Amino acid sequence: MGTWEFYTEVLIPVLNRGLLLSIKIIIPSAILAVLLGILTGAGRAAGPSWLKKPLDLYVAIFRGTPLVVQLTMWYFGLTSATRWLQPLFEPMGLPAWTWMMFTMRPFTAAIFSFALCGAAYHSEYIRGALLSVKKGQFLAAQSLGFTKLQTFLYITAPVALRRAVPGCGNELIYLIKYSSLAILVTLKELTGSSKHIASLYFRHLECYFLTALYYLAMVTIATWLLNRLERFLTLPGLGRYDA
Amino acid sequence: MTFDQLLTATEPTPPLMEVRNISKSLGGKLILDDVSLSLNRGQLKVLIGPSGSGKSTLLQCIHFLLQPDRGDVILDGKSAWEMSHFNICSFRQKIGMIFQDFNLFDHLTALDNVAIAPRKVKGLRRTEAYQRAKEELARVGLSDKFDHYPAQLSGGQKQRVSIARAMAMDPKIMLLDEPTSALDPELIGEVLNVIAVLAKGGMTMLMVTHQIGFARHLTDEIIFMEAGRVVEQGSPKFLLDDNSESRTALFCSHLTELTGR
Amino acid sequence: MLAFLDIPIVESVLYIIRGTGYTVGLIVGAMATGLIIGLPLAAIQIFGPRWSKALAALYVWFFRGIPIIVLLFLFYFGVFGFIEKLLKTYSGYNVALPPFLASVTALGLVSGAYQSQIFRGTILSLHRGQFIAAKSLGFSTIGTVFHIILPQALRLAIPAWSNEYSILLKDSAVAYLLGTMEIMARIGHLVSITHRHVPFYLLAGLLYFLLTHVGVVALKALERRTRIPGLGNDPQEV
Repeated sequence: MGTWEFYTEVLIPVLNRGLLLSIKIIIPSAILAVLLGILTGAGRAAGPSWLKKPLDLYVAIFRGTPLVVQLTMWYFGLTSATRWLQPLFEPMGLPAWTWMMFTMRPFTAAIFSFALCGAAYHSEYIRGALLSVKKGQFLAAQSLGFTKLQTFLYITAPVALRRAVPGCGNELIYLIKYSSLAILVTLKELTGSSKHIASLYFRHLECYFLTALYYLAMVTIATWLLNRLERFLTLPGLGRYDA
Repeated sequence: MTFDQLLTATEPTPPLMEVRNISKSLGGKLILDDVSLSLNRGQLKVLIGPSGSGKSTLLQCIHFLLQPDRGDVILDGKSAWEMSHFNICSFRQKIGMIFQDFNLFDHLTALDNVAIAPRKVKGLRRTEAYQRAKEELARVGLSDKFDHYPAQLSGGQKQRVSIARAMAMDPKIMLLDEPTSALDPELIGEVLNVIAVLAKGGMTMLMVTHQIGFARHLTDEIIFMEAGRVVEQGSPKFLLDDNSESRTALFCSHLTELTGR
Repeated sequence: MLAFLDIPIVESVLYIIRGTGYTVGLIVGAMATGLIIGLPLAAIQIFGPRWSKALAALYVWFFRGIPIIVLLFLFYFGVFGFIEKLLKTYSGYNVALPPFLASVTALGLVSGAYQSQIFRGTILSLHRGQFIAAKSLGFSTIGTVFHIILPQALRLAIPAWSNEYSILLKDSAVAYLLGTMEIMARIGHLVSITHRHVPFYLLAGLLYFLLTHVGVVALKALERRTRIPGLGNDPQEV
């Protein structure tokens, strides 16, 4: 097989399929991570103190350990935990799904761990942005008769979310790159399919370089979109979130 | 070359520094247009003029911090253009500069700020450099501030440290670029006092300032610049006389009206 | 306590401790490589001529846009494999370049891109008048860099460094894919012997958590010790 045929008939179609799976992992993880991050961040910034402590702990654990460990834990760890649950649940007459529900398919495990880990990072930016809104703004809103919820919805959130955009955007870029970890749970996404072809045809240099270009394209497009979003949301004279 | 020698030979006392026909453009705009002046040993000359007239640029060109497009600076009979990069650094050592916003080194104490250039540029031994730095700081009245960092000093104290820093290099000439204009009014006096002591001690100085009252008493000559050119120069008595219709007097009366100084 | 795992405990603990040594070695090597690349790259991005600025920006764009796994594969199987093949054909030696070296190279090149951004920021935040003042006292360009710019830029970089350290630490966990015998590789090995996933991966998480914490606390202490009044911001609560 010539070099050209290798590219057009093997590598590129396989990488394209891998790319599609990568995107299928990235998009739901991103949406879940941002939503969960906003909830966690809001809880840590303005929630009751009984909520703050456990949320802080959650963020500390998920930011303090490698995503590799988390992903492996969710996938292999839960599967093996099922083995412990079965002898417990079966004698109780419970149906199989009660212990089987703790096992995850690779795809679910990837999205689950990317979303949980990403949310911990997002919540840092959301929390910082919420806390950066000046106290005078609350006082002014309250003097106008806003309730607490109204103050949050109409005054605090619009300013804070804008400030959180650069940081959270950065985190989404990281997510695109770390989606490659899905190879660890046997998924044939972009990196996984590239490794497959590379070791099948012994063409490591070309395969991984082309894969790198695929990721660069994704990251560049995402950066461009996020910059557009940031510019679209900019208010004149309102500074960026100071990282 | 022979003509130059003839010139210097015929003058009664050769000037310590001569600035010849300096021109400089920045960003396509002509900032200095054929400026010449000279300083004799022990002279204090004051440079005044409206903002944007090129005074600061002139000082930086004299110091070769900015390379002039045309013209030359001759210090002690040696032309700056004929020096290599290494010699330019030693040329700069012989000229001290005081900046409007002090430019102290943020990561060094007052004592280290004064001692670092003697140690690292002149290669003085540690003990000697610190001995010297202590003397210079004492001379500007800051013996109690050796271990303070710039952020812990007032504006007036910072400027006095920067004067000590320049003096520790034994400069032949001091260039002062509006040394008091970033200071609160109550702090100006302490800095001007130090400068006056230097002047009386025989230091050769070229100073940009808007402190006309101060300048009038100490200076030998006022140089008035406008739009990159030297418009007038002469003794303060002549230029600032009440009946004088000089541009300088007009400018200074505006200054007095505006600032009340 | 670990008796149910059915493995020699002391040996296992020593085995993992040696892995921790590898992990620390990876990070120290990568941070040093990153520093050596990042400092000149930052200087180029600020002071260099336009073409070199474009090259530096290209470097940063490339290494910031590629997942660490792909870079590890690219360097170990791709570049290192290519070098080994060249050596074999031209010198006849059968050289096997160690995966540790590939990991340090890949992590270090990425860290160089990130550290150049850190130093660019800190150098730009310095008060520029000092550079002119140094020049006016007769400092040469190199003297200004070593006595004025670096002492300040390095100090101001410490908080961002601590961030970079924890990112590198977590990224280094991927190096086991190449067979670098760091924490994850050894934990994985023990898991494959005992078939106990949960306790061992919990242990790995705990180890990384502790390593992150120790590094961050140490850098915080360094920041406090080298702090100069008025230089940079007050240390923030993180």
